[in-house]
Amino acid sequence: MDLPAPRRGRIGGVLLNRLARRLLAGLPAFRVITLAFTLLAVAAAVAILVQAELLARLLADGVLDGPSAGSVAGLLALLAGVFAVRAGLSWAQQALAQRAAASAKASLRRQVLRRTQELGPGWLSGQHTGGLTTTLGRGLDALDPWFTGYFPQLFLAAVIPLAVLVRIAAADLASAVIILVTLPLIPIFGVLVGMSTKRATERQWRALERLGGHFLDVVAGLPTLRAFGRAKAQAEQVRRIADEHRSATMRTLRIAFLSALVLELVATLSVALVAVPIGLRTLNGGMGLETALLVLLLAPEAYLPLRALGSQFHASTEGLAVAERCFTVVDADGGPAARVAAAEVDAVPDAAAGIRFENVTVRYPGRDEAALDDVSLAIAPGERVALVGPSGAGKSTLVNVLLGLVTPTSGRVLAGGADVASAEAESWRRQLAWVPQRPHLFARTVAENIRLGRPDATDDEVVRAATLAHADEFVARLPRGYETPLGERGAGLSAGQRQRIALARAFLRDAPLLLLDEPTAGLDAGSEAVVVEATARLMAGRTVLVVAHRPAMVLDAGRVVTLDHGRIAGPARAEVG
Amino acid sequence: MVRRIAGLLRAHLGRLLVAVSASVATELAALALMGTAAWLLARAAEQPPLAALSLAIVGVRAFATGRGVFRYAERLASHDAALRALATLRGRVYDALVPLAPSGLPAYRSSDLLSRMVSDVEAVQDLVVRVLVPVSTAVVVAGVAVGFSALVLPSAAVVLAAGLALAGLVVPLLMVAAARRTARRLAPARAELAAHHTDLLQGSADLAVFGATATALDEAERASERLARLERRTALTTALGGAAAMLVQGVTTVAVTVLALGARADGGLAGVMVPVVALVALIAFEPVLPLVPAVQRLLEARSALRRVLAVLDTPPPVAEPGDGALPAPSGPVSVALRGVSVRYPGATIDAVDGVDLSLTPGRRVAVVGASGSGKSTLLACLMRFIEPSAGTVLLNGADARRYDGDDVRAVITGVTQDAHLFHTSIRENLRVARPSASDDDLLAALQTARLRDWVESLPAGLDTMVGESGGQVSGGQRQRLALARALLADPPVVLLDEPTEGLDPRTADDLMTDLLASTRGRTTVVVTHRLAGLDAVDEIVVMDAGRVVQRGTHAELVAVDGPYQDLWWASRPALASE
Ligand SMILES: Nc1ncnc2c1ncn2[C@@H]1O[C@H](COP(=O)(O)OP(=O)(O)OP(=O)(O)O)[C@@H](O)[C@H]1O
Ligand SMILES: Nc1ncnc2c1ncn2[C@@H]1O[C@H](COP(=O)(O)OP(=O)(O)OP(=O)(O)O)[C@@H](O)[C@H]1O
Ligand SMILES: [Mg+2]
Ligand SMILES: [Mg+2]
Repeated sequence: MDLPAPRRGRIGGVLLNRLARRLLAGLPAFRVITLAFTLLAVAAAVAILVQAELLARLLADGVLDGPSAGSVAGLLALLAGVFAVRAGLSWAQQALAQRAAASAKASLRRQVLRRTQELGPGWLSGQHTGGLTTTLGRGLDALDPWFTGYFPQLFLAAVIPLAVLVRIAAADLASAVIILVTLPLIPIFGVLVGMSTKRATERQWRALERLGGHFLDVVAGLPTLRAFGRAKAQAEQVRRIADEHRSATMRTLRIAFLSALVLELVATLSVALVAVPIGLRTLNGGMGLETALLVLLLAPEAYLPLRALGSQFHASTEGLAVAERCFTVVDADGGPAARVAAAEVDAVPDAAAGIRFENVTVRYPGRDEAALDDVSLAIAPGERVALVGPSGAGKSTLVNVLLGLVTPTSGRVLAGGADVASAEAESWRRQLAWVPQRPHLFARTVAENIRLGRPDATDDEVVRAATLAHADEFVARLPRGYETPLGERGAGLSAGQRQRIALARAFLRDAPLLLLDEPTAGLDAGSEAVVVEATARLMAGRTVLVVAHRPAMVLDAGRVVTLDHGRIAGPARAEVG
Repeated sequence: MVRRIAGLLRAHLGRLLVAVSASVATELAALALMGTAAWLLARAAEQPPLAALSLAIVGVRAFATGRGVFRYAERLASHDAALRALATLRGRVYDALVPLAPSGLPAYRSSDLLSRMVSDVEAVQDLVVRVLVPVSTAVVVAGVAVGFSALVLPSAAVVLAAGLALAGLVVPLLMVAAARRTARRLAPARAELAAHHTDLLQGSADLAVFGATATALDEAERASERLARLERRTALTTALGGAAAMLVQGVTTVAVTVLALGARADGGLAGVMVPVVALVALIAFEPVLPLVPAVQRLLEARSALRRVLAVLDTPPPVAEPGDGALPAPSGPVSVALRGVSVRYPGATIDAVDGVDLSLTPGRRVAVVGASGSGKSTLLACLMRFIEPSAGTVLLNGADARRYDGDDVRAVITGVTQDAHLFHTSIRENLRVARPSASDDDLLAALQTARLRDWVESLPAGLDTMVGESGGQVSGGQRQRLALARALLADPPVVLLDEPTEGLDPRTADDLMTDLLASTRGRTTVVVTHRLAGLDAVDEIVVMDAGRVVQRGTHAELVAVDGPYQDLWWASRPALASE
């Protein structure tokens, strides 16, 4: 992450830490935005000066001479003009900042989403979906205050106090000195109070993320909780987490409000320090009213941008905590992408040319026993292999390695001489059709679910695939047939029906290598027979690896491989037949 | 809606009153500060004796300090009240979901519920902090400022009042007109984005292997852009409204200055009061300017809260008897179905059609039949998860509808087909069924489910995390964990929906034998596709298209032509392996 040079030194590491700079690095038009904010800040400073000048002159005249409105018409018009300019500047700043916020959020969201997909299901299974979804939605929205508040305020805080100070110095040096001495107190106090915020905000954000993660998990498990009479007890848990978030939020807010109070008092006292001598000098005629008014109007303007910076900082810490969380995902280790980059992408593996597992070992984190232990296995082109073995033997793991969903701890899988891990995942997977052990159905129509792997398939092809999977019959009876929308995870269908949709999905895919992980799970013997028969027909000319507990499937295989405790237990005599 | 939100906030009335008064005090202090300070300077210019100013000097200091302290108090009180109301509302959303599960839940996507639970409820916080408090403050402070001006210079008061009304009423109302449609679409757009995200996160494997990841990412990106467009439009409208209000502030200040100068020239106003009147006008706008974002938030909050209330108001699919509930069934439990039919909403045919079933204490029944024939639906009916559309379920002779649903499930429960593993440890997952269970109880249940050896071989043992939806254990392990959990619940009537699915034949058969042995004497309903071992049950019910097409013992049913015999033949390869 290399940043354009001018940014580094000037703004400094204190106000924009590494995290913030990384956020900004995601902006396409960073230089334009910086320039625009600088210009806006300068314009705002000028407007503030002119406004104070005009007001002071008008009011002083008003007190002392009592001019007619007509004689100061020019000044009044100018004043109205300045107000208009300030309004315009504030609009421009907001519009620009909002644009920056939107594009930064979109870019971060995109990065995180892409990374989650590269890291894949293995990594995701350790995450809370609800927590991640919360981060990507409500969480990233918390970045808005940073972009629309803190970031533009940085420019205002850099320009306005300086400009105001110079103007006051020109009017009255003594006041300028007081301001110059007291002004640094604001950032000093701000930093002192603000130091404790980072941890508190992280806790606050984690609480909300946990709330989201827990909530989604609990909603998915609500039927289970109710089945065991635990739903109401869970309400306490939900309330506890919601309350944790409340108290964590309150803690950060207390710091933020305290900081605002301290800064305001410092500013107020400082203004008083300026105002009292001015008042006294005006009293004994040492200073003209116009100058006095000018200094009085300008003095708070010197402190305001720095104070505002303080509150904007606190308003945006949550967003920064979220950004940090996002970057931990983006930077997370692992996933096939790392391998693709590491290995030279040369030959594209060819599924039709046979497959060889060479000493493949898979160790999941936190488990002693290897899920696959030095497995070597060759599958000839066009061969049909049934993989059997007790539950937990590593069958699904083996299939997932072949799919590139699980990265072997050691060893490799070759297809037609090329390492499947080194290939660009997509070109390898294009040659595969898969029925997972637990298929995921999306909350879309039946047809869209079947079309997942071939979005351009015609209706006829969809129906044909469904017929092969013994699904056409029940789909036709659904209220809107293939256009019936399913609920999440296929709600609205029976378990066996969901399985058949997944089968249809794989049949439609029409790929040279078929990977079936218990394709007939949840089916009655009748449906199973239909599916087995269809699969057998489909197998012609394809390489097939089928994980089967049900003997019906095993019977059709040319060879049966038994896995046990991650090892191949010899070229098994089929446990069947 | 207003009434219900008010009801929610009433519990925090004290804090809200503190917040509003402190906020009013803050703005009044600011107003007084500017007025006094201006007067002080102007008066000083007339060079009076110092004593004439001392009171004002004290006033300036007091107002300055007061402003800061009041603001601090206001913020603490308002946020505290708002966050409390927020936490309460979150709890209520969850409470409202409980009776919807399982059959009422599909009306919502869980990602949608998530965004209601996480984002939409926050509207209540905004409502307090950014709408309620600022609006009441603005009204009071504007009134005071206008009143003060009226005393000093009535013509200025008229202009100021007009200006404040323009900035605080007309501009916000114009914004309402401009932003209403956009604001209403924001919350649904957020929910839609969340749906894309959960699809990508939960379906990542299927998407990846079927080459659909890129499309799904693109769709998510488009949803993100749609949301960004809405947000941008909202922000621009708000910024425009803010700029307009600022402009009104400027013009009003200028106009008041003109009037003050005029009055001064006519002798209607003392010179010292010229800056006071002008600056009071300027500052009087400070509490009014936030009204522009406030109405924007109000619009968004309204649509978000509607979504929250919609959840709270969803009628549960199964009505509870309420106060007239019978006491929980005790003693031996007998259950009977009399002509029970179930039709899912929107379906054209019954999923369960006129089923009779008698479960006297200790009776064991197996339900078999083609996939989709209504077996799981039947069990859901027994657990009172679904209301029969015809017929009755009798529990100890009384209509099951007269019992509290939780009381029914305390005696009739088991493994459902979609049993969920929570993203926590094995121990916590099992304890869902019996929170008081000791580790020995857990291990005993795992033993019956043939999982004990595996659990004991794990480095973290019972503390092993199972991952999101049980994603870090194998399919068969997941199934058996759910089974162990049901065994732990140990209800008088056990329901087992395909307890051995996903297991290798030998384990499945051993497990089924064990199960049937360990549930001997206990009322049991087991749904299965494997016919092995069914000679041990008292009755086999064969279902087809929702109807019972055959019933009897295994011996009776294999002996006659019919669906059971067909199933038997079809599953012969399975039997051949035994
Ligand atoms: N993501 C994971 N993290 C940790 N351990 C895992 C993970 N996935 C699987 N395992 C463990 O690895 C072992 C092999 O799992 P796998 O899913 O390959 O078994 P399987 O042979 O397919 O079993 P089943 O027939 O029950 O589906 C199991 O003990 C399982 O608990
Ligand atoms: N939530 C639902 N909404 C609408 N229809 C449903 C719903 N759940 C199930 N159905 C339908 O009701 C019928 C019976 O489903 P059920 O789940 O009871 O079948 P099953 O016999 O358990 O099948 P399986 O052996 O596949 O589990 C099916 O046709 C199914 O499509
Ligand atoms: Mg498996
Ligand atoms: Mg079922």
